[in-house]
Amino acid sequence: MMTHVHSHEDCRQLLGMLSDYIDGELEARLCEEIEAHLADCENCRIVIDTLRKTVLLYQMPDPPELPEDVELRLFKALDLEPYLRKEPLAEPDEDA
Amino acid sequence: MRIRVTKSLSLASEQEEVVGSNDLDEQALVAALKAGDRAACAVMVKRFSPRIYRVALKLMGDPDEAEEVLQETFISACQHVRDFEGRSSLGTWLYRIATNAGLMRLRRRKLETVSIDDPVELEDGEVAPRQLIDWGWNPEKHALNEELRRVMDEAIAALPETLRATFILRDIEGLSTAETAETLGISESAAKVRLHRARMRLREYLTEYFAAHRASVAERGDHDDARP
Repeated sequence: MMTHVHSHEDCRQLLGMLSDYIDGELEARLCEEIEAHLADCENCRIVIDTLRKTVLLYQMPDPPELPEDVELRLFKALDLEPYLRKEPLAEPDEDA
Repeated sequence: MRIRVTKSLSLASEQEEVVGSNDLDEQALVAALKAGDRAACAVMVKRFSPRIYRVALKLMGDPDEAEEVLQETFISACQHVRDFEGRSSLGTWLYRIATNAGLMRLRRRKLETVSIDDPVELEDGEVAPRQLIDWGWNPEKHALNEELRRVMDEAIAALPETLRATFILRDIEGLSTAETAETLGISESAAKVRLHRARMRLREYLTEYFAAHRASVAERGDHDDARP
C-alpha cells in the first residue's frame, strides 16, 4: 500500500490540478495521488470542496431571461419585427 | 385566405420558430441565412438571443451595455453570415462575436479591474488559496437568494476580463473546453489555465462572504441553518 507523506509542497502542486480534477479530466494516476493527499490534508479538502461548490453555484439556474422589451428592441434594430408575432401563421393547406 | 406551407424555410421557420419550436436543422438554417432569408435571420435571433444576452449581461455587468452587445452581435452576424464557414456550430460562432464585442467594449471603457482583495498569486501565476474556511453550505440543497446572487455577480465583475469571459463560457454557458478555447481564440491549455484561475478567485471571494455570514450568525446566536 502506498504511504503518503504530507508536505506543503504537495499542496502547491495540487493547486494547479484542482479544476481538471473536479472536471474529471485528470488521468487516473494523478487522481489517485490527489486523493491520497486529500486523505491527509484538511486544508486541501476544504479548498477542493469549496471550489466544487463555487462551480455548482454558478451553474444553478439564473432566473433572468431575455426581457421582452430587450427582445422587441433587438427585432426592431434588425428590422425583423414582422417575425416577432407570437401567434402561429395560418394553418397549412396541403390541398392548395 | 389559407396559406400553403411549403418546404420553403421562410415559412417553415416562421411557422415553427415563432411558435417556439427548435426543430429546425442548423445546416438548413445556415443555408437560408446565407441566401439572405429574413425569416431565417429571425429564427437565429429567436433561438440564440437568450443565451447571447446572458453571456453579455455577465460579461458587461450592466443591462444597457449587455443590450448593446446583443444588438451588435446579431447585426454583425446577419451582415457577415456569408463568412461563417461552419467549422464550429452557429452558437459558438455567435458566442465568439458577442465575446469579442464585449471584450472590446470593456477595453475601450478601460474598466479598472479590481482584483478580488488581492488573492495571492504564486510566481507562475497560480492563485493560492488564502481562505481555508469551510462554507458549511451546500449549493445542491438551497435555492439562491438575492443577496447571494448579488455577491456572485460582484465576484464575476471583479475578475479580469479574460478570466471572466472564460468562466462565463465554460462554467455558466456549459461550452466544452475546446469550444471555449475556439470562441476566445486561445489554446485549450490556455483556456484551462484561465478557467482554473477564475474559479480560484471566485472561490476566494465567496469564501469571504460565507465566512462573514457565519460570523454574523454566530454573533447573533442564531441557529445557523447554513443558509446565507
